[in-house]
Amino acid sequence: MRTFEYHKPTSVSEVVALLGEGAETQPIAGGMSLLPAMKLRLSRPAALIDLSGIEALTGVTATAGMLTIGATTRHINVANSPTVRNAIPALAQLAGAIGDPAVRNRGTIGGSLANNDPAADYPAAVLALGATVVTDKREIAADQFFRGMFETALEPGELITSVKSPVPAAAGYAKLQNAASRFALVGVFVAKFSSGVRVAVTGAGPAVFRLPAFEAALSKRFEPDAVSGHGVDASGLTSDIHAEAAFRAHLVLVMAKRAVAAALAT
Amino acid sequence: MSSNVIGIGARPLRKEDRRFLTGRGNYVADIKRPDMVAGVFVRSPHAHAAIKSIDPGAALAMPGVLKVVTGEDLKAAGIGGLPCGWGITGKDGLPMKEPPHPALAHGKVRHVGDPVAFVVGETAEQARSAAEAIIVNYQPLPAVVGVLDAIKPGASLLFDDVPNNLCCDWALGDRAATDAAFRKAAHVARISLVNNRLVGNPMEPRAAIAEYNSATEHYTLWSTSQFPHVVRLLMGAFVLNIPQHKLRVVAPDVGGGFGVKQFHYAEEAVLTWTAAKVGRPIKWVCERSEGFVSDAQGRDHVTEAELALDEHGKFLGLRVNTIANIGGYISTFGPNIPTNLYGPLLAGVYTTPAIYCEVKVVFTNTVPVDAYRGAGRPEATFVLERIVDVAAGEMGIDRAEIRRRNMIPKEAYPYQTPVMVEYDSGDPKGCLEKALAVADWAGFPKRKAASANHGKLRGIGLSTYVEACGLAPSRIAGRLGARGGLYESATVRVHPTGQITVLIGTHNHGQGHETTYAQIVCEKLGVPFDNIDIVFGDTDKVQFGMGTYGSRSLVVGGAALSKASDKIVLKGKKIAAHLLESSEQDIEFEAGEFKVAGTDRKKAFADIALAAYVPHDYPLEVLEPGLEEQAYYDPVNFTYPGGAHIAEVEIDPETCIVSLLNYTAVDDVGTVINPMIVEGQLHGGIVQGIGQALFENCVYDDVSGQLLSGSFMDYCMPRADNLPRMTVSTHSTPCTHTPMGVKGCGEVGTIGSPAAVANAVVDALAHLGVNHVDMPASANRLWRIIKSSSLQQAAE
Repeated sequence: MRTFEYHKPTSVSEVVALLGEGAETQPIAGGMSLLPAMKLRLSRPAALIDLSGIEALTGVTATAGMLTIGATTRHINVANSPTVRNAIPALAQLAGAIGDPAVRNRGTIGGSLANNDPAADYPAAVLALGATVVTDKREIAADQFFRGMFETALEPGELITSVKSPVPAAAGYAKLQNAASRFALVGVFVAKFSSGVRVAVTGAGPAVFRLPAFEAALSKRFEPDAVSGHGVDASGLTSDIHAEAAFRAHLVLVMAKRAVAAALAT
Repeated sequence: MSSNVIGIGARPLRKEDRRFLTGRGNYVADIKRPDMVAGVFVRSPHAHAAIKSIDPGAALAMPGVLKVVTGEDLKAAGIGGLPCGWGITGKDGLPMKEPPHPALAHGKVRHVGDPVAFVVGETAEQARSAAEAIIVNYQPLPAVVGVLDAIKPGASLLFDDVPNNLCCDWALGDRAATDAAFRKAAHVARISLVNNRLVGNPMEPRAAIAEYNSATEHYTLWSTSQFPHVVRLLMGAFVLNIPQHKLRVVAPDVGGGFGVKQFHYAEEAVLTWTAAKVGRPIKWVCERSEGFVSDAQGRDHVTEAELALDEHGKFLGLRVNTIANIGGYISTFGPNIPTNLYGPLLAGVYTTPAIYCEVKVVFTNTVPVDAYRGAGRPEATFVLERIVDVAAGEMGIDRAEIRRRNMIPKEAYPYQTPVMVEYDSGDPKGCLEKALAVADWAGFPKRKAASANHGKLRGIGLSTYVEACGLAPSRIAGRLGARGGLYESATVRVHPTGQITVLIGTHNHGQGHETTYAQIVCEKLGVPFDNIDIVFGDTDKVQFGMGTYGSRSLVVGGAALSKASDKIVLKGKKIAAHLLESSEQDIEFEAGEFKVAGTDRKKAFADIALAAYVPHDYPLEVLEPGLEEQAYYDPVNFTYPGGAHIAEVEIDPETCIVSLLNYTAVDDVGTVINPMIVEGQLHGGIVQGIGQALFENCVYDDVSGQLLSGSFMDYCMPRADNLPRMTVSTHSTPCTHTPMGVKGCGEVGTIGSPAAVANAVVDALAHLGVNHVDMPASANRLWRIIKSSSLQQAAE
């Protein structure tokens, strides 16, 4: 690991000022992806800005129909939050099943979204819930936020401050873990609103994506077998040593049914 | 006898755990030497390439950089290649092809991770930055990755003088007798299988420190080694030309080996040579990702086998054809593993009268393959126990019953197999029946029906096994190509106050030797358990020894210790006879006391020790003072632990995930010294076998030779939540030729378990017409099998 400067500011404005100092300055939240990359010398920031000292970035609040989670809220705190469990239990369940206890005790929702790992859990929830990513500069709808593998709509130097999600009538998440990494081999989040159902898939492709055919079917009838007739096109899905694209396509269907079943059970 | 006598059969907590559990172990990476600097290896990013040039100029100019060493430097200094410790002979009677294995590549690299240069810097960080600045100009060559590709005509050659990349074409058994057996067979079962390549992944990565004292011309190497004396011999005598008395090798606490650390590695030699050039101690600590491309790997066979049976399911003959991958170079014991440690185990616990086995040992552009826990024996067991299940299925015979019909009866031991080895003892049927009872084999259909009610596919699988360990009788090993002896040594040093230090040539890296050996001495000499310490792992302290691997420590080292303890008693009797004014023949030793038989006259062990070191009243004319004895023990045969394992699995047909529900092991490990330690060895070994069966897979890209499973993100180790509660027990017949009847238990778990789990997975899918599933039984593999079998059944 290359040596680096370390800053621990207490306000967002300080972070913004520090980020303005150069392209090699990088914010760090839980560090669950950044630190391993630095150890392998794949990432070599000249300076790190530790966000954990900024109280305004952490915590969970709920208002009428809207759940807001601060960017540096750790997975364990989302999982254990009575507010989250009450508003969107599927989200608490998702957070409680990310990685392992060490990862959940360090990793944050903002870090996960900014990194946009193709197999991360949170992007599926944020996209399916139609949530809004709030930054120091603007608000970005989930449909515009996730751009591709490790790519988001964030501009250089732009910092996620929170995520706002409408509270669905029902939601469920089901994933099959990659046996080695315990990331999602395929994860499907379904969210049912009065306006319709949204379905988002992680792990299966280069980045999180929605499934319009499943959404239409489930909007008509919110039952697991409503999606049965809908094959999933394997083209464009990921093939690697853990799962070929056709198997991932099969798993999308299986996990979608299980996510609906989970939503109906809560 | 003291109340603190904890002898054979007791289960004291492990002496060594106090330092480990309180963070006070002493591992190589913990050691700091004065003025120590850091070394980093530059490794090949290509599987196969010519090295056109290496330019260290930029690196040498970087801050803190002290030295860059390349393969050409070593060659110019006359440094030889790494030696092979066990050569084999082909079926044509010719020795194996043995191309050089340079410590740093020159001319060519032969696998991703092949070391090409070594950089020394004041700090590891500086050395690492400099390593990145070294410009190596490679000319990539076509790589051969799988064994089937490697032996194809026209395949790219790793070594110009090794045609077809064939290291050795080896055979064992009576071909004509086997062919004859097949001619009279009522049924022939066939199987094609792959034994997947594994990465050993001990918890502690490899590490080394080398130091040179120019005043005394002494070298010291601290290394994460399972056999420091052998490293001293191989490196000193065959690589660096350092006299043995000028070279000390220390293997302090080592965090797991599994075979990975029982080889002499290039890094050891390069560090030691460079430390003298730099004039300062150099430390190298392998990173995990570096270990993935530089620790010798395990298994990797492609096999076709045929079993001939009569109409009653009696085995008549077995024919096995295996192609074994040994990677880019010959590692220390590489060629021996898929041959001498594989072929002789194909008889298993059965009376199969004719066996013929051919093994092609093949070079490929992958990390060298060598011994990994079990080493050859899990591969043999997998072939045999899979094909027995295939035969049972095809002939409609119950899987336990077909094994019963073919097992060697307990009364038939000693039993000479048609493939070289003679089993001294065993009771395979006893192990099998006990395992069937413990696992409730008979009640399985009810459990299967219950699973089916939940939409799950349940299967149960059985594996018997026998292995050959306690390496090894030197004379037999020598005939098979071993280039060293395989005895072991122990010194029992009794102090004037009666406490004891044992110096032993094996190495403890997780096995609990400090406890087990103390129990043996405790039993033999009646000295309190707490008064016995075990010293190992330092060539300056301990007499020559061969180290720890092949389940040999208790079998061979324990026997040496037992012999040395007997010598202490013999000498003690002479001293006691003098002090008690009796004849030596009348002295009895029991429970730590020397007594004149039939009297109440006696001397305690500590009194005898004191007399030996303060010989005022002592027969100095006929007896030397002191009380220290040494013994070397060379076994007369291998030992043959065996047993029966049963696994029960459930498969989710939607996700194709296999859940292991129950695991039963009944093992014959001979006499048990510490049941807790034996259980621990079995648990650990079984988990490694389960890892191979369900999770672990070392995968290279077929074309580029890049390692695709090069980290724990992609290489799946078994974890606690993958495992059921295991029921482990022993059903022991004592070994007839080891002093205490022990057989060894380090590897048995790894040998019995892969086939048991694989057989259970196949059983769960048997209704689809499936008769084989390669390892690991991953979700994707099962999904393919289920999909194609279901389609095929629908079409029929």
